[in-house]
Amino acid sequence: MAEHSEHIAPSGLYWLVWFILICATVLTAWISTIDLGMFNTVVALVIATCKASLVVLIFMNVKYTSEKMTKAILISAVFWLLLLLVLSLADFGTRFKG
Amino acid sequence: MSDSPAINATPVVAEHEARPELRHHFADEQQQRNAASLGMWWFLGTEIMFFGGMFLGYLVYRRLYFPEFAVASRSLDLKVGTFNTIVLICSSLTVVLAVRAAQLGNRRLQVKMLLLTLLFGLSFLGIKGYEWGNKYKEHHIPTFHYDAIHGEGSLIQGNNAKFLGLDQLQNDPAKLRQREDEIQRHTQLFYSFYFALTGMHALHMVIGVGIFSVITFMAWRGKFTPEYHTPLEIAGLYWHFVDIVWIYLFPLLYLIDRRPGA
Repeated sequence: MAEHSEHIAPSGLYWLVWFILICATVLTAWISTIDLGMFNTVVALVIATCKASLVVLIFMNVKYTSEKMTKAILISAVFWLLLLLVLSLADFGTRFKG
Repeated sequence: MSDSPAINATPVVAEHEARPELRHHFADEQQQRNAASLGMWWFLGTEIMFFGGMFLGYLVYRRLYFPEFAVASRSLDLKVGTFNTIVLICSSLTVVLAVRAAQLGNRRLQVKMLLLTLLFGLSFLGIKGYEWGNKYKEHHIPTFHYDAIHGEGSLIQGNNAKFLGLDQLQNDPAKLRQREDEIQRHTQLFYSFYFALTGMHALHMVIGVGIFSVITFMAWRGKFTPEYHTPLEIAGLYWHFVDIVWIYLFPLLYLIDRRPGA
């Protein structure tokens, strides 16, 4: 009855993700000191989103889970967050010039 | 108790006595585990909304008063901030390794990893406290002897004066005063967001350390087995979420504008 569909990831995968996260942290701190014009913020947020995705997919096990509700909650939460941020910033971004 | 076909044939009550972790309103362990995990994910969904509102407020004012926010952001210690981010990432690694140790039934490794998690979590809070202490010394705590113009916490030295448009106002004392007042108010707004966001994050860390103290105790008592380690797993989800909040806070607060010439 107690069937075990739980996925056990190899520890090497966790260490690899850890290593990538550390490298990305150092990279984002270093890259912020280089003048990329308006792209500094964009690059910083892209790196942060890559790091967050790795944590969600591997550390929080979303990549391997068989539970569809987890993904549904995650996707809807991110969707509502983007709705909040994108619509509000589109408003404030165009309302006050300069 | 082993899973022999005979157990399936026994009445439900006996089966539940044989598996004490399984609550009677769940069909099996898998369903119980999924329900617990679902509850934590649902809670994290509300947490995303909670932090989302603060992030939005921060982003709106950051756009409105960009030079002041950039200058105030530069006063944060980049090296210490980067180091603290690394400490937090290490704590997330030890959490997943603790969960994995539970999956494999290795109690010693589990406890070791959980103790390391607590150590990293407390180190993060200690380093954060050190940073807040520096802000106190620099008079950068809003409304509390706040001063962004004079003293060692001055934000208008060197390149910053030009960046804030103060160099063009040197011949006009009235306008200069007015601009300095603006800088006082707008940088204060940055630090208000800084303390609200890092403070809320630190509160989540304190709660996380509390939860993980209990989890570590449970692990030490041998509560978690390859069949049942749900509390450890969903506490881990919470810990990783708090990690993700910091992953966004670090670039948004520390790295607004670190370009050398700016």
